[in-house]
This record gives sequence, structure tokens and C-alpha cells, in this order.
Amino acid sequence: MPEQNSNKNEWPLWEVFIRSKAGLDHKHAGSLHAIDAQMAIENARDVYTRRMEGVSIWVVESKHVHASDPDSSGAMFDPASDKIYRHPTFYDLPDELTHM
Amino acid sequence: MTVRDFQQAFDEKIDREIAIEPRDWMPDNYRKTLIRQISQHAHSEIVGMLPEGNWITRAPSLRRKAVLLAKVQDEAGHGLYLYSAAETLGITRDEMYEQLHTGKAKYSSIFNYPTTSWADMGAIGWLVDGAAIMNQVALCRTSYGPYARAMVRICKEESFHQRQGYEILLQMSKGTEIQRKMVQESINRWWWPSLMMFGPSDDNSPNTEQSMRWRVKRFTNDELRQRFVDVTVEQCNILGMKLPDPALKWNEERGHYDFGEINWEEFWNVVNGNGPCNKERLDARTKAWEDGQWVRDAALAYSEKRKERSKKETKAA
Repeated sequence: MPEQNSNKNEWPLWEVFIRSKAGLDHKHAGSLHAIDAQMAIENARDVYTRRMEGVSIWVVESKHVHASDPDSSGAMFDPASDKIYRHPTFYDLPDELTHM
Repeated sequence: MTVRDFQQAFDEKIDREIAIEPRDWMPDNYRKTLIRQISQHAHSEIVGMLPEGNWITRAPSLRRKAVLLAKVQDEAGHGLYLYSAAETLGITRDEMYEQLHTGKAKYSSIFNYPTTSWADMGAIGWLVDGAAIMNQVALCRTSYGPYARAMVRICKEESFHQRQGYEILLQMSKGTEIQRKMVQESINRWWWPSLMMFGPSDDNSPNTEQSMRWRVKRFTNDELRQRFVDVTVEQCNILGMKLPDPALKWNEERGHYDFGEINWEEFWNVVNGNGPCNKERLDARTKAWEDGQWVRDAALAYSEKRKERSKKETKAA
């Protein structure tokens, strides 16, 4: 998440998410400055979809995004690493068995 | 963790090619180097609109005009991607603008040369964007995540810039004697400044070693410059034109073209503000910023008014 020095006259920063085509999820594309949500969407169209990269845009003010702490990501994501039985390849099955 | 632990974790990530992201710990100098490099890069995109903007109203056909407009709009977009990437490092947009407008920040020297004929639109696309692409493709794998992602986006869009430029020259080179002369003169003007775009030679580039260590840079200035010369010679032959360098010659042993010495005095002169258009470019940027103040003020006032109105409506309801 961009860490902004506060600057009174600067327009707020927004994060832009774009759905590239119907059926796919919105993906983070980048950020931009705008005075309000409507302007953020219009600017996002001009900045991030000049070549039909999107069919839908979400914007959210950067200050509303909360993120996990990268320095504690070890502890944060550790519980998953010792549970390999959650993956299908953990199970020993005969080669003849197909379509499973 | 102590600073030393953080440093060690950072070094390991770099060695293992794991991207550094905005909230990760990073050494101060890594941050500073990136802010300098990314903001310079952003400024170059923004100032880079000016030499081409010069020809929008005089493009020779509607097709060329539409293309040039789209290209200049792309440059604005590229500037914005890069400013956003730099902002993730903790500098504000306004701080960067101020550095540009006060002359504290640099931008690519190439944009301090004038565009005196339509053929220059071709030469800029072919040579200047070609040199930029050479640099930018290498930066798609730079170690700082937001910078690398911006570069990927930019590279996808740049390819049309180079091709449209080459097409302009190709068409003119099949034209009249006067048109062919315009092409050759334009190549003569832009060749050497394009080679200078890769920056000082390796033995005069004190930051290169550290940037390579940090994987901010993937190749040295001279490596990229050589690569550019090697691919461009052939492209020039197809145009039936000559690159203005009598020393240019295939070197069988090296497997590369040899080329003449760059005029470094000219290079440093332009870098230090004494190029043909340095003042004009900065004046144009500063004027655009100042003339736009009322728009920014109006947008701010409008948003305040709307917020007030929606507060009242909520109360009334």
C-alpha cells in the first residue's frame, strides 16, 4: 500500500481494480489521484484502459485499504505450510485410477 | 529484528530474485535511488510529450494526426504509471512536480532537442523510442515490484510508438528527393543524442555497480547501447539511409558493431541545462502547471460542495 505523506492540496490517492472481461475477477491495476470516486473512475478509464483492457472498474481510496504486515508474513502464513494433506497430490493412489 | 537482520533478509530476497514490495523493509539508499530513477523516468515521459506536441497541429494527414495524438496520450499515461510507482516509496506527487519545475530533478536529455521537421516525428519514434524500449525491456525485471509492473505495462504500449515512427520514415524514404533528404537530415540529428540516452559510459557511471547489485539495473549503460546499435544498423539499411558515423563497422571478432566516440561534452552540457531547449521545456511545464491551478481549485471546491450537500441530505432524511 502506498504510504502517503499527507499533503493538504493534493488530491487523494485511489487504488484501481479492473475486470478485463466478463467472467474474470477485478485485478489491481495501479493507482491515481482524483478528487472523488467519479473522477477516479473516469481517470482510471483514461489511464488504465486505453486499449480495451477492461469492461468494469472499481476504485477505492488508498487510505481505506488495510494490509497484512510483510515483516510478520512468516508467522501469518505459517499455519498452512505443514498441512500438505490439503493438496490432492498428498494421496497415494494407483496409476490405473483415472479421472480423479 | 535488528537492522542487520533486515538487511540480511533484504539481500537474500534480492539474490533469490524475490521482488521488493512497497511495505517491505529496504535500505535507505535503495529507496532513494529508486525514487530518483523512477521520478526521472516519469518526468521524461511527461516532458517527452512536448517535442511531439509541437507537430500535432501540423501532422500531414488525419491518420498521422490521430496516431500522434494517441502516442502523446500514451506518454502522459506512462508518466502517471511511473509517478504512482514512485509514490509507493513515500514521496508525494506534488513533491515530484516541484522537483521538476524547480529544475532540481533531471529528465532524459533527449527531450531538450528541437523537432524541426515532420521527419523528426519518425526519427523520434524509431530511434528515441527504440532506445527507450531497449532500456525499458530490461527494467521489466527490475527488483522493485511496482516499478517492474509499470514497466511491463509501458513496454506493451511502446511497441506501436516505434513502429509508427519507422513507418513515417519508410514512407518518406520512398518519396521525393526532398523527402529523402529530410529523412537523412533527421537521422543525422537524432542518432547521437539517441546513443546518449543510455547515459554515461560504464567507467563514468558511479551508480551502476550498486544498481546492478540491487538488481535495479540488469544491464550496464554500455551493454544496452551496444545492443541498440546492433539492431538499429540493419533497420537503417532497410530505409536506405546512412547512420552519421564513419567509424561504424561490423567487428567479426566481437560479434558487434564498433562505433565512434560519443561527444560527452555535449552530453554533459545538455544534462546540466544548456541544451537547445532546456529552458523552453521547463517553462512549458511550469506554465501548464500554473495555468491548471484554477482547475484543481475548482475540482476541490466542487467536491467540498458535494460532500456538504450529501451531509445535509442525510440530516434532512
